[in-house]
Amino acid sequence: MTRALRDFPGGIQLAGNKGESTSRPSMTAPLPRRVVIPLDQHIGEPARPVVKPGQRVRTGELIGSPEGYLSAGVHASITGEVEAVEERPVPHPSGLPALCVVIAGDGTDEWIPAAAQQTDAMSRGALRRRLREAGIVGLGGAAFPTAVKVNTGPESAVEQLILNGAECEPYISCDEMLMRERAGAVVDGALLLMRALDTRQCLIGVEDNKPEAIETLSAAISTIAAEGVEVVPVPTRYPGGGEKQLIYTLTGKEVPSHGLPADVGVVCQNVGTAAAVHDALRHGRPLVERYVTITGPGVAGPGNVRARIGTPMHELIALCGGYTGDPDRLIMGGPMMGFGLSDDDLPVVKGTNCLLVTTETRFPRPDQAMPCIRCGACTEVCPAGLLPQQLYWHARAKDLDRVRDYDLFDCIECGACAYVCPSHIPLVQYYRFAKSEVRAQEEERHRADIARQRYELRQARLEREQREREEKRQRKKAALREKEKSTEDRKAAVQAALQRKRGEAGTSSQDTSASQDDDG
Amino acid sequence: MRFNVFTPPHLRPPASVSAMMREVLLALVPGIAAAAGFFGIGVLVNILVATVVAVGAEVVMLRLRARPVSVFINDYSAVVTGVLLGIALPPLAPWWLPALGSAFAIVFGKHLYGGLGYNPFNPAMVGYVVLLISFPREMTLWLPPAGVGDGPVGAGEALTRIFTGSLPPGTELDAVSMATPLDTIKTQLGMARTLGEIQAGPLFGAIAGRGWQWINMLFLLGGAWLIYRRVIDWRIPAGVLGALAAMALVFWAADPDLRPGPVFHLFSGAAMLGAFFIATDPVSAATTPRGRLVYAAGIGVLVYVIRTWGGYPDGVAFAVLLMNMAAPLIDTYTKPRVFGQ
Repeated sequence: MTRALRDFPGGIQLAGNKGESTSRPSMTAPLPRRVVIPLDQHIGEPARPVVKPGQRVRTGELIGSPEGYLSAGVHASITGEVEAVEERPVPHPSGLPALCVVIAGDGTDEWIPAAAQQTDAMSRGALRRRLREAGIVGLGGAAFPTAVKVNTGPESAVEQLILNGAECEPYISCDEMLMRERAGAVVDGALLLMRALDTRQCLIGVEDNKPEAIETLSAAISTIAAEGVEVVPVPTRYPGGGEKQLIYTLTGKEVPSHGLPADVGVVCQNVGTAAAVHDALRHGRPLVERYVTITGPGVAGPGNVRARIGTPMHELIALCGGYTGDPDRLIMGGPMMGFGLSDDDLPVVKGTNCLLVTTETRFPRPDQAMPCIRCGACTEVCPAGLLPQQLYWHARAKDLDRVRDYDLFDCIECGACAYVCPSHIPLVQYYRFAKSEVRAQEEERHRADIARQRYELRQARLEREQREREEKRQRKKAALREKEKSTEDRKAAVQAALQRKRGEAGTSSQDTSASQDDDG
Repeated sequence: MRFNVFTPPHLRPPASVSAMMREVLLALVPGIAAAAGFFGIGVLVNILVATVVAVGAEVVMLRLRARPVSVFINDYSAVVTGVLLGIALPPLAPWWLPALGSAFAIVFGKHLYGGLGYNPFNPAMVGYVVLLISFPREMTLWLPPAGVGDGPVGAGEALTRIFTGSLPPGTELDAVSMATPLDTIKTQLGMARTLGEIQAGPLFGAIAGRGWQWINMLFLLGGAWLIYRRVIDWRIPAGVLGALAAMALVFWAADPDLRPGPVFHLFSGAAMLGAFFIATDPVSAATTPRGRLVYAAGIGVLVYVIRTWGGYPDGVAFAVLLMNMAAPLIDTYTKPRVFGQ
């Protein structure tokens, strides 16, 4: 059962550092006393709050209803009373606060009654609706609503479902532990997703540095006799778990630039998402819990934790022995793409795959950036086949046309270029900056276009109205003139008749008529 | 608890400019040792003077440009420029020759364009070409290598000549100097002699010029190590040497009496030094993978053209500078294919 794998371009070898957090089974975190659940945990429109302060909610109850197409539901992760619906700091790169539901728990963990799940009879649309209501989003970190991802439209047939269990970033091991401990749920979730996608094949890509996960998944597949599902070990190379990279490795298909996997007949989901799909569809449990890796040189006892959404991060770190040494950074995600948090008070959200606590000795502060020497190391490692160094020059010069010429938007921000840069230039920051500038410019252009259109329409309307008024006036004038003319004609006729009459009576009355005219 | 926030990636980059430059210097050692062995102490004096002046000029320019001196001195790029220029100079050159070339390289070739990373031309080759054009006599004054005739002059005589400008009484410059093998071939072919007759002379060894063949082999060794260490891109030396060999092969096959073969060309003059250490200067080279092959092949072809039909016995410096000029254009037309396009 060997499958011909393809080598994606670029990539780098990184020390995994996963052993620290995989040496013991995952722990279930004790129920938090209070949770802060953001309504905006996914890509797209934030959910609309449907609870009020003072209201009692049970675990799994809907507290945020999906708004618009690209959205997902949000659920109470503990049982208790809604304390507040207000803006709170959330773990997001922007650092901006967002609307959250705060629930004070009563310690009972009473679940909503699970509705009978007749999944076998459900239509594809019904399955999608259920996923949307259950708040299922991509658990690999991006938190893209799963219901939207599996809705590929009638014209694109899906050939393969790919489950991403590569987990290529160092330190993160939540997917690995999930695959080892919940392989059955992952495989069953895969079958359900295949139903929702109407496809016969599912490839689970797992980097070959996780032999236990590969073994347990294979065992689960044969136990459930999951037809069409196959585990494929892939070489360990960063960023092999990037969606486009994994699809290429497994199928040889290149997701087109600016395109979606569905364009090449593939849908890619994280293994954790598959398990969440299983929970939602088989057991009626919405997404209120996830695996979180707590690790790094700043944590005393690294490990994996099954935590309720909204749990304060410091509770999970305390569960893993608390801090050790001199903690310097708290990173949500991995050391390559994760972003820094300023406080451990923030809640765990659906996209929290890993909390990495670093120390200055193991993760020294960045050096001063040197000038680019055009060595091309970045080009060698770029998995998107870009010229990172040219992008950097043009981004620095704010040359937005050139950055688009150099395909800035194909950059997946994996950070491989910045990692190998001998001048220690924070390249990814430049690309993010340039992307936001381009987006702002496009927004601006779009707004300007709309404003211009509005102006032109208004101008046209004004002209039309002016014209209409003018025409009306002309018509009136003409009518008036017509009328005047006819009265004059009549007058003249009368006059003529009178004249004729006076002519008969004599010429003395001429003066009278003249004086009459003067009066008139 | 509060934490410090930095931008990703958070892993410390394993490479640095400084480490790359130090590896280049290390890789030059075997070739320099061979050159010093065959041509005497003058080789080392050239390198020393050029390096000291390069670093001095770097400090002065960094001060003038209000840049952090210690940060940029520690990148070792000025040292590399000085050493490369020093290696390229004839071993009896008066001390001011490396000094002048080195100062020009750093001031005009590098800092007036904006310093490290911004120079369109290879600074060492800028310095070299300025000297070659301004002081043609001094620049072509080479010595016989050890093992040919009396070999190079002794250390005392060499130092006297380098620092006082004249040789001790009783020694004539014409008597101690000798043209390089490439120069010899060029002038003697002009005197209607065949290659076979010329190469029977004492200056020529098994595959190329005596001494020179070993120096080239050791630069090849150092260069191979740099490729192994991923400090330089294999495409550049491969392109330079491939194109040089291909040109030599074609013309040698057409007229073996008049044109030396590929092996001779590869192991003569500055071929290996140029291919592995000069053309590979990333700042002034092309940067795209395919672009580097084109750029390097251009250098190889030009080296052959200048050696064979040009006015100078060797052509590495001119070839590199000419292709430096073409590098931005080459990059524009050799963009790699973007994944998914």
